[in-house]
Amino acid sequence: MDTALFKRRSDYEWEIEPHGPMRVPAIIYADEALIRAMDHKVYEQAVNVATLPGIVKASYAMPDAHWGYGFPIGGVAAFDPDEGGVVSAGGVGFDISCGVRCLHTGLVKDDILPVQKALADILYHQIPAGLGSTGAIRLNTAEMDAMLTGGAKWAVERGWGGEADLDRIEERGQMKHAKPGHVSEHAKKRQRDEMGTLGSGNHYLEVQHVTEIYDARIAQGYGLKPGDVVISIHCGSRGLGHQIGTEYLKKMVIAAGQYGIRLPDRELACAPINSDVGQEYLGAMRAAINCALANRQILTHLVRQVFTDLVPKSRLPLLYDVSHNTCKVEKHVVDGKERELYIHRKGATRAFGPNHPDVPAVLRPYGQPVLIGGSMGTGSYVLAGLNEGEAADAPTLMEGRASAASRATVSARGPRLGPIGETRAFSSACHGAGRAMSRHQAHRTWKGREVIDELASRGILIRSPSSRGVAEEAPGAYKDVSAVVDAAEHAGLARKVARMEPLVCVKG
Amino acid sequence: MTVAHWEHFAHEADMGVRGYGATEAQAFEQAALALTAAITEPERVELREQVQIACEAPDDELLFVDWLNAIIFEMSTRKMLFARFEVRIENGQLTATIWGEKTDVAKHSPAVEAKGATYTALRVARENGQWIAQTVVDV
Repeated sequence: MDTALFKRRSDYEWEIEPHGPMRVPAIIYADEALIRAMDHKVYEQAVNVATLPGIVKASYAMPDAHWGYGFPIGGVAAFDPDEGGVVSAGGVGFDISCGVRCLHTGLVKDDILPVQKALADILYHQIPAGLGSTGAIRLNTAEMDAMLTGGAKWAVERGWGGEADLDRIEERGQMKHAKPGHVSEHAKKRQRDEMGTLGSGNHYLEVQHVTEIYDARIAQGYGLKPGDVVISIHCGSRGLGHQIGTEYLKKMVIAAGQYGIRLPDRELACAPINSDVGQEYLGAMRAAINCALANRQILTHLVRQVFTDLVPKSRLPLLYDVSHNTCKVEKHVVDGKERELYIHRKGATRAFGPNHPDVPAVLRPYGQPVLIGGSMGTGSYVLAGLNEGEAADAPTLMEGRASAASRATVSARGPRLGPIGETRAFSSACHGAGRAMSRHQAHRTWKGREVIDELASRGILIRSPSSRGVAEEAPGAYKDVSAVVDAAEHAGLARKVARMEPLVCVKG
Repeated sequence: MTVAHWEHFAHEADMGVRGYGATEAQAFEQAALALTAAITEPERVELREQVQIACEAPDDELLFVDWLNAIIFEMSTRKMLFARFEVRIENGQLTATIWGEKTDVAKHSPAVEAKGATYTALRVARENGQWIAQTVVDV
């Protein structure tokens, strides 16, 4: 995009001033190169979101933003129900509560190398991945509703994992106020045999090793050190979430008209939070969040079985589990006043700073872990959420010259401010690299076999049912994830903690 | 003379499907083939089983999205892929017969899974004597 379209608030903050029907500005966090490379559709979509009723402060886009549907992917927007605010099915997306879970293994790279190939093959065999794959679990009607209400807590109660896992999941593993009664039979039918499946497209399970630590104090708090092997699981609410998204999108297209909401794009389909359709969607969407949390919990159990069999000394506790397609009710301070807002994050990760009450006690001094998935050939990152006071200092900190002492100072400042300060983009950060090229173009540019061979020569083993799927997900089809997380850090959205590179990638 | 055909169009994250035909129904059939082609090569899918589909919507565009979503639902719950589509549209009501077979990873090596049809770049129109039906599918 042309940078002249924006008012440059800083090197990493680009504002589109309100014009036409925009109620608030739109703000994109990115460096100049990322802005220039971004599709113009991100501009259009960020502007469209800014026109929706009850939007608070601004329509935001993260550094990995790309052309989505309705909202940009990487979009964040908050709505106030008392000001006619809306909830948007398009603002959450089809893959409700898609997210990333990261597990420790207690192993280092040298433990994995002798068994790397066997591990890749067994994981590929044991983890249902790709179109048409089914899980071993079948849910009857009562169990389906229990799962949709209980989330990961339900899964743990059924023996898939332990109580300690729940401490390391957003919402403690269970999204409250889920209403399985507002989830259609069609949606439940789509999920009947999909529990414990990875899905397809950009979803994956990776065995990774830590290659770099940027913040030793926080890394230690998170239990990460160089060479450590971790597992990252990227997937969502499967068919159930997709069907809920589909059905409520249509209901909201019709409802928006009835409520006199002018939609610049049908995909922005929304309804007032204080309306029947709005409340029904929230109940169904929260049930889908529980489905995603339960699904990642069951996958965790499957991965633990594989590791325990293959490397008996391994132990796989959770580092953390984040969702990046959600609408959640959160308290945020806006212009000095605390308000309860409905925060849509579509392809954006919640990033609570140190001392936030919703961060598990053991992680609270460090800020919430923000798990960023890269493409299969590049790195993934662990970041930490920041408070606004820290964010203001971030640009100097991020020049790469900051000493350990100055980092400590900045970190120490967070707790004094507490969680009640204003937050940047409602405590949100990026979620991944973000696509830079369409699947269509990627498919024409690369051959899956060549991508697999090239990655194998770099010590990364790919297992996938589809060579074309691998080509469409080729590392070159994505933005540079390092540039994205650097921009997120410079913009004060989150702090870099560690970088991981894959050893094994199971693609759906 | 219109030759019925389909094509994909680029969307940064997902996949655009577009069908052309002499009639609206034919354009819908072709777009459905484009949907299958986003997942696998339609020629690889044998026509072993048939499924009936019915949907209705207040306008042509919503009907088109419903049609694609009905196919996605059948693919998802029956674990099938489809490669032949016969569509009838009357007074905003669509009925169709679709043919395909169970998904076989070795045979079809499916590249992606269709999550849902979106309203992005959605268009159903008659222009230059032919029908066009298109939208972006989230994969």
